[in-house]
Amino acid sequence: MKTDDLIRTLASDETTEPHMTRTLFAAVGAAVVLAGLVWLAMLGPRPDFMPALHTVRFVFKFVFALVLAGTAALVALPMSQPFDQPSKWRPLLLLAPALLVGAVIAELTMVPSSEWMKIWMGHNARVCLMSIPAIAAAPLAIILLAMRAAAPARPVRAGAIAGLLAGGLAAFFYAAHCFDDSPLFVSTWYTLGIGFVTGVGALLGGRLLRW
Amino acid sequence: MDAAKASEVESREDGWARAMRAGLAGDMRAYRALLEAITPHLRAVVRRNLSGNADVEDVVQEVLLAIHLKRHTWMPDQPFTPWLNAIARHKTIDALRKRGRRAEAPIEGLEEVLPAAAESEGTSHSELERLVGRLDGRSHDIVQAISLDGQSISDVAKTLSMSEGAVRVALHRGLKKLAGLLQEKAS
Repeated sequence: MKTDDLIRTLASDETTEPHMTRTLFAAVGAAVVLAGLVWLAMLGPRPDFMPALHTVRFVFKFVFALVLAGTAALVALPMSQPFDQPSKWRPLLLLAPALLVGAVIAELTMVPSSEWMKIWMGHNARVCLMSIPAIAAAPLAIILLAMRAAAPARPVRAGAIAGLLAGGLAAFFYAAHCFDDSPLFVSTWYTLGIGFVTGVGALLGGRLLRW
Repeated sequence: MDAAKASEVESREDGWARAMRAGLAGDMRAYRALLEAITPHLRAVVRRNLSGNADVEDVVQEVLLAIHLKRHTWMPDQPFTPWLNAIARHKTIDALRKRGRRAEAPIEGLEEVLPAAAESEGTSHSELERLVGRLDGRSHDIVQAISLDGQSISDVAKTLSMSEGAVRVALHRGLKKLAGLLQEKAS
């Protein structure tokens, strides 16, 4: 095939896919809805949800999860482009871990050390470990699909970001069900759940996001 | 780069970005002219990065196909040439990997490469042509008719007694399939 023939062929293919920004926005929106629906079907809110909203520890879980999902979403867009340079948004990814470290330090100074073990292990470690990946599965799939339609320069990293985003969303919803509010619990069990989803995202990204 | 060269590159960028915006808005004549205009630039980029490999034109064709299928990832408010170079670099690294070589595609100074004429402009042995043979059914007939036999969409629609819309859909699907086949070989 001559290159001119190829060019003529490409110029007769008028079908344009929707712009990647639109696709990604739509995917993130759908991911939020899907995460919410799975959470509602599987777990639902804890009975004392409303009064719990007056406690700092409970609210912090949402702040942390929202910052994590939000910063991952911000980075997901440039990560889906073909440029092989780190985006200027990337340092934002440190925000959520920094919040968590701050909260853990605050907790350790406020709570007597005799209590640490109890609030660290909590009641729901195993449920937490299973729920976050379960809620994150469908959102992860839909975000990966949207990225696949784009052109991520680094498929593995882009997949990991998709996992971080899906894991953050799942943590946000799971937080409303979970009775364990201590940052010690969150920094361990939530983080493990989100980390698992991120790893799965990276693995799938390496397979699905090549172009 | 001296000032004259810099302003030349700048106006080239403006022209390309304008043509791409027109192309995305459906002006296929502007789009075709753009693909023709960028090809010598791509050839130079690919040739430099493949360093002495014979199948430059195969990789140029892969890059053109990727540019076409990923054109919705260009942000119309961002410069066009860096996007173009990023895709060229990505596909060149792929090509090097496919050929079992360590990928070392420099990114600096891409804007300074001199446009290059084709040595071979692609032949009947081109990789893409072989892959067209691996498409199946309607996709194969349509991509073959348009790319190799030089027919137009309406010619093909008449020959195959399909609507032009259906031919367009199948053509687009066939091109995506081609890119998938290329990717299979790369990984």
